[in-house]
Amino acid sequence: MAMKRPEPVQIVKQRRDAALSALVHGVPYVQFLGIEFDRRGDELTAVMPYEDGLIGNPMIPALHGGAIAGFLEVTAVIGLAWSVLWEELESGVKHIDDITSGQMPRLPKTIDFNVDYLRSGLPRDSYARARVNRSGRRYASVHVEAWQDQRARLFAQATGHFLMPQRDNG
Amino acid sequence: MDSAKVKMAEQFISAVPHCTALGMKLTLIEDGVAEMRLAYDRKLVGDPETGVLHGGAISALMDTCCGTAAMSHPSSPAGTATIDLRIDYMRAATPGQDVTTRAECYHITRSVAFVRATAFDEDKERPVATASGAFTVERK
Repeated sequence: MAMKRPEPVQIVKQRRDAALSALVHGVPYVQFLGIEFDRRGDELTAVMPYEDGLIGNPMIPALHGGAIAGFLEVTAVIGLAWSVLWEELESGVKHIDDITSGQMPRLPKTIDFNVDYLRSGLPRDSYARARVNRSGRRYASVHVEAWQDQRARLFAQATGHFLMPQRDNG
Repeated sequence: MDSAKVKMAEQFISAVPHCTALGMKLTLIEDGVAEMRLAYDRKLVGDPETGVLHGGAISALMDTCCGTAAMSHPSSPAGTATIDLRIDYMRAATPGQDVTTRAECYHITRSVAFVRATAFDEDKERPVATASGAFTVERK
């Protein structure tokens, strides 16, 4: 039996990176916080490079709790939307041209978001990863962990519930 | 209301880089109560299709307002930091409208301040979001 020849690696990478870029760069607030996403296969790491505008307490100095909450919520929403988009792209339900031609998938809506502040955010770059614990047809539950210098030393974590966008085919 | 206290709080908030970056304004401060306003700005949009503000911007507003309410409590903490904050999003804020929030520090101990807040757009009957959180109480 003849095996189907796998696609060249650069074509696959290009498609996945284009989809992620369309998802991330279409949201003004993501740009406002300066957040980028690092991709390894389907795994995303959100990166929020340090900027003076993120400071909440100039005396310590420490990152603003609101900027941290925003970073975690962006990580959760993009992570969740990405996990759905990944499946659709890989299974061929959606084509990359639909996404890059401006047909951005609708983003999940936050129902609630609960942030634990574990230690103050230093004036450094911040990193976060989202884990989708449940992704149903209507609701999803996502956990996010954020750290700075050491992966095991979290400075904030959050859990959120999200309303999934209704699919085109109902 | 003590106008010196308002002035001090305004100066305090305008010295916070992230608050000025977002364009937040303090509109009222009383014993354990604070009100703030976030002007609608396209750069804070979370859904480009609808122009609805991102939840993160609302979170930042509510976090600041809750912290300010804790600081304005008559027991006058020397400082505060968020321990945890939970936000419930009732509905999308109407695009183009400012978001206002009122926070109340309803209980304070020697170490913890308990605060809740509600956010509205121009429709004052239906809240956009509610928040509740715990804040540290720093002593002098």
